[in-house]
Amino acid sequence: MLTTVAILVDGLVYASWLFIVAIGLTLIYGVMKILNVAHGSLYALGAYSAAWIIGIYFQSDLPPYGSFAVLILSAVVIGLIASLVIERGVLRLMYGRDEIVIVLATFAIFLILEDFVKLVWGVDPYFAYQPYGLLGRVRLFGLGFAIYDLALIGVAAVIGLLVWWGLNRTRIGKLLLAVIYDREISVAMGINVNLLFAGTFAVGAVLGALGGALTAPAISVSPGIGVEVIVLAFAVVVIGGLGSVPGVLIGALIVGICRAAAVHLLPEVELFIIYAVMSLVLALRPQGLFGRAAVRKI
Amino acid sequence: MIDRTVWGLFAALLVVLGAGFIAADWAQFLLVLALAKGMVVLGLLVLMRAGLVSFGQGLWYGLGCYAAGMAGNFLGVTDAFLLLALGIAASTTVAFILGFLLSRYREIFFALLNMAFSMILFGVLVKTSVLGSTDGFNVLTPTFLGYAPSEAALGDTVFLLTAVISFVVAVLIHWYLGSTMGFIGEAIRENELRVEYLGVSARRAVHIKLMIAAALSGIGGVLTAIAVGHVDPEMTYWTTSGEFVFVAILSGTGSVAAPFMGSIIFEVLRTYAYEYSPYTWQMLMGAVMLLVIIFLPGGLWSALSRSRKGEGK
Repeated sequence: MLTTVAILVDGLVYASWLFIVAIGLTLIYGVMKILNVAHGSLYALGAYSAAWIIGIYFQSDLPPYGSFAVLILSAVVIGLIASLVIERGVLRLMYGRDEIVIVLATFAIFLILEDFVKLVWGVDPYFAYQPYGLLGRVRLFGLGFAIYDLALIGVAAVIGLLVWWGLNRTRIGKLLLAVIYDREISVAMGINVNLLFAGTFAVGAVLGALGGALTAPAISVSPGIGVEVIVLAFAVVVIGGLGSVPGVLIGALIVGICRAAAVHLLPEVELFIIYAVMSLVLALRPQGLFGRAAVRKI
Repeated sequence: MIDRTVWGLFAALLVVLGAGFIAADWAQFLLVLALAKGMVVLGLLVLMRAGLVSFGQGLWYGLGCYAAGMAGNFLGVTDAFLLLALGIAASTTVAFILGFLLSRYREIFFALLNMAFSMILFGVLVKTSVLGSTDGFNVLTPTFLGYAPSEAALGDTVFLLTAVISFVVAVLIHWYLGSTMGFIGEAIRENELRVEYLGVSARRAVHIKLMIAAALSGIGGVLTAIAVGHVDPEMTYWTTSGEFVFVAILSGTGSVAAPFMGSIIFEVLRTYAYEYSPYTWQMLMGAVMLLVIIFLPGGLWSALSRSRKGEGK
């Protein structure tokens, strides 16, 4: 019973984290058909800037709860700046090239940003534990959980709802859906696809940075945190179906619960299980659980 | 069959051998690594000619590495040729099995499924304490058909073996790419459906190409394991696979010699970048890659052949 509760709660927390990180990735893929490897660096950028700014914030006498606002604000700022540089500076030159070539370009950007982070923040770890400790702990079914972790579930739900609302209930969302469905026709109908691309990339980048910023208080922020995140996010996105928003939700839940179950029941398979699930899903449904099968072109 | 490319490769072999035997030990070691990894990249070239890019070549490479290491430590096999055979067998067998699945996929899904499989191997290796988990383990000193070189001669022997194998492999792949089955790769890249109309199974062709790429990566893995004397799970991680793709893009797919040339340039570049700016070498590599993608879509080889054509006029 206790293990079940632990698996469910840990799995949900982990799934929320994965959801926040992966939704930006799938949004960018869905609209732009770019599998953005640099998403891992955006995560790292978000984590570093948040950890750094929280360190400064808590040295002043400002109210401690304001740190949450600072956390989110820093992610938004760094995500916007990075997205402008990446999309306008590099990716813009690649539109129309092979998907794989663009993946490689983002891989190159990833390498550059990895070292950029080291140059700016050094190689020593940063700790921004204060917001994590601020909320305290709670006992659920006889097990202790950090409220910060549980709050992550709520944040993920809010982000998910916002993205769903943005895509389905706003004018820009409708335009985006049109672009996702058929880029060429959208251009022909007078939609400014370049502007939408820049906007989507910015939103995706901010979500990636936000994922990092929200994780920063729970971990020690050190070089290399982006490397692992990106393959995890790939797994989530591929399981759910590249470019599908509900898919990310399901993918994150599957990966989250699987990993939590593995950690509690059979720690040896922890890493293995995620990619095993990903391979299984790809084998049975190549386009992912929620993906649309592509039409073969002659 | 003995055309200009084969003679060119033979000349390159002589140059590499000459350079390798004169060069300092560290440079010779670098050359061995570059050639070994060049073979993995050559495997990628075979796939890329068919329009397929794999982000999981670390899987076959790692299988070769670990097959060599394990055969030495658990079975007592130290003969380099036997290790090579085992490495090829291991990677090709797995490629044969996984190929039934992988050959159904194209584009991004092919790249990602390959990556998933390599990450599974990584996950298994990291958690297997018999194999040293994340630390890996040491590989026994190899022998060569009963000849056990002294400490001093070992480097030269491994180098000679690697260079000769690279040459043989390059010639074989050159012949393969010039054959009907080789050309079908390009046809698949251009239009798979029409290939099927012509009565060729694209899936079977891709399956075979996968096994060839796996065998090449296996050879590269075994030679790396022998040369370095150590294997660890990092060899199967996605960043290693990414590095192979990087070199493949840097080299271009213009010729079977391109991967070796690209690989040597990459290793030299990395060594110096790492030497002079340990914290920014990745940044440098990333910048080079971006420049190549933007300005040289055909890789370094295309620049070379373009300038040669210019001379001819």
